[in-house]
Amino acid sequence: MNLIPLAFLSEGQVGTVVEIRAGRGLTERLLAMGIVPGAKIRVLKSSGPGPILVEIGQTRIALGRGVAMKVMVRGWNSWPI
Amino acid sequence: MAHMKDKMIKVALAGNPNVGKSVIFNNLTGAHQHVGNWPGKTVDKKEGFHRFDDKLIYIVDLPGTYSLTALSVEEMIARDYIIYEKPDVVVDIVDASNLERNLYLTMQLMELGANVIIALNKIDLAEKAGMEIDPRKLEEELGVPVIPTIAPKKKGMKELVEKIIELGEKRSQARGGKMLRYEPSVEKFIERLQGEIVSKEKLVKLFNPRWVAIKLLEGDEDVIRKLSEIEGGKEIVEKGAKLREKMSMELGDPEVAIADARYAVIKSIVSRVVGELKRLTASDLLDNVLLDKYLGIPIFFAILWWWFQMAFIGSAPFCDILGDGFAALSNALTGLTGHPFIDYLFFGEYGIIQGIGAVLSFVPLIMLLYFILSLLEDSGYMARAAFVMEKAMRKMGLSGRTIIPMIMGFGCNVPAIYATRIIPEESDRMIAILTNPLMLCGARLIFFSAIAAAFFGAYAGDILFSLYALGVILAFAVAIILRKTFFKGEVSPFVLELPAYQKPSFKVAAIRMWDRGSMYLRKALGVILIGLLIIGILTATDAETFTFTTDPERSLVAALGKSLAPIFTPLNWDWRLIVAMIFGFVAKEIVLGASAMLYGAGEEEIASKLANLYNPIDMYGYMTFILIYIPCIVTIAAIRQETGSWKWTIFTVAYGLALAYIINLLIVTLGHLVLG
Repeated sequence: MNLIPLAFLSEGQVGTVVEIRAGRGLTERLLAMGIVPGAKIRVLKSSGPGPILVEIGQTRIALGRGVAMKVMVRGWNSWPI
Repeated sequence: MAHMKDKMIKVALAGNPNVGKSVIFNNLTGAHQHVGNWPGKTVDKKEGFHRFDDKLIYIVDLPGTYSLTALSVEEMIARDYIIYEKPDVVVDIVDASNLERNLYLTMQLMELGANVIIALNKIDLAEKAGMEIDPRKLEEELGVPVIPTIAPKKKGMKELVEKIIELGEKRSQARGGKMLRYEPSVEKFIERLQGEIVSKEKLVKLFNPRWVAIKLLEGDEDVIRKLSEIEGGKEIVEKGAKLREKMSMELGDPEVAIADARYAVIKSIVSRVVGELKRLTASDLLDNVLLDKYLGIPIFFAILWWWFQMAFIGSAPFCDILGDGFAALSNALTGLTGHPFIDYLFFGEYGIIQGIGAVLSFVPLIMLLYFILSLLEDSGYMARAAFVMEKAMRKMGLSGRTIIPMIMGFGCNVPAIYATRIIPEESDRMIAILTNPLMLCGARLIFFSAIAAAFFGAYAGDILFSLYALGVILAFAVAIILRKTFFKGEVSPFVLELPAYQKPSFKVAAIRMWDRGSMYLRKALGVILIGLLIIGILTATDAETFTFTTDPERSLVAALGKSLAPIFTPLNWDWRLIVAMIFGFVAKEIVLGASAMLYGAGEEEIASKLANLYNPIDMYGYMTFILIYIPCIVTIAAIRQETGSWKWTIFTVAYGLALAYIINLLIVTLGHLVLG
């Protein structure tokens, strides 16, 4: 089971959040917004070096690329990434 | 070759017809394949080899079947091969876009005790159809490995081979994945019969007891025949027949009951493994455009441009009517009281009504600016602006969220400074607060829009735009410097919820417009009135005799302005502009109101009067000074409150003054150098 950073999922891909490898402050903020281990997360926008847009449930969240590198997910269909 | 044979792994490919089985077979075997017939049957038998490192994999392509009953030749071939040839691995090719039906065969392969690997093929089609299948979850539910594949693109083939080798090499281990229990009414019959079978050693060696139990309950003729030839088999067949009869009394046709039970298990697995259909909502469509990597930023600027255009065009008639009205009022009331000092102070060219009127004339512009800003805020677009500008903002040392208070600063810096509370990290927030006064607020716009038209004619719009741009550029420059000096470190991580779009309500926008815009009215009748009253009294008082004078040149206020003249001579200001600037610290609208009074003109003529006195370069310089210099007193209070520090409050005032002077001097010096 390989974990990859959320930033590596391409647009339209879905993953399951496994862990957040960030400091306490950021981790707590992400948890509060519903980015919790086990949550199903979908990447809506991920282009260029700007932030990415994800969807968790009905909530849309913009995450800086740096943040998206710290959220580790298991891609649902993640063969050769 | 003998050495190779030891390591050879025997693999059977199973699956429904049309799932891409032969494509996978071809992918794996390439040219190393042979097509023959199954012994004694007219069904094609395809065999081949796949080499991986020093491993040799023998692959046989079983006929495509929907299930493993004894009702067709193909199904018999497939299941006999698994029972008697005991392949090390059975790769079950499953059509992901048709999961439920395909898992029916999977369940039977597992019942048979095959060492199953699922190749979850056509995963791309499933996604296109709006299905989301979690292969790891499926793996967990069934207890067998699941490899997503797209056969025509050869995706997942390497992973499939690796899994075949991994499983093939542990061939002795328990196989068949998880035991999937059926509903209790069916399960109790299976378990009872299974208990009997386990006691027959010879049977257990040949068959999976649970599978035999299920098949006997289903009344599978082939299994009955095969069992009858084995020691102890007859006894089991009889027990099976009895239980089958009992089962049919309780549940109806046992075959149907068992099929239903299988589907019930499959349905519950599928419900946990397949995600909901993703429908494109209106929000998705809007985000696709508004957050587009190329269009996002141009659209953002287009919206800002549209915002100001609408506000200027929409408010122009109202501003004109108010301007005319106040001028007429002031003239009409001249001589009303009969008291020369009071008449002079309130009415006529140098009166307070002229000053207040000039300011009030522009309130419709501010109102409309706020109305449209409210629509933007309500629509959910502001968070999108933060999204598209995040990268650019980060380069300037600002958090992406800063764009929201910046935009609000175009209305008024005071609520904008409070709005910086949406920026979670302290140093990011400090930079946002300290740079916000550079956003050209409505109060300054009142002065600029009055002046721009007279001085720059058709270019008035461009001049206003240049002032907005100058403010933003300076804000970025100051932010970069602050980030490199007092607030070192990285911009904090960007995390922002984007609310769903909604149709903004005009009623809410109107209420909000009044809430915020009426502040300008209260200011006009409060601090601005008081400020202008003081200026008026000072203007009407002779500096030497302290008596009433109608010559502003001789007045106290002129003395005040003239005393500071040496500082502002390089900027080509006269004492009136100095006084207007000083009082503008109370509220920036006063700059216009005071100019109107000091130059003896209303909203209508003030600009043309100034145009006679100043050349455009000097006036543009003055406008940049008014844009940049100290924030108004209410903004200063807000900065003090939000930074919690006098040091940073004073810093903001000081850098504003210094920057204003430098920019003004640069514009005047360079402007005259280039344009004469």
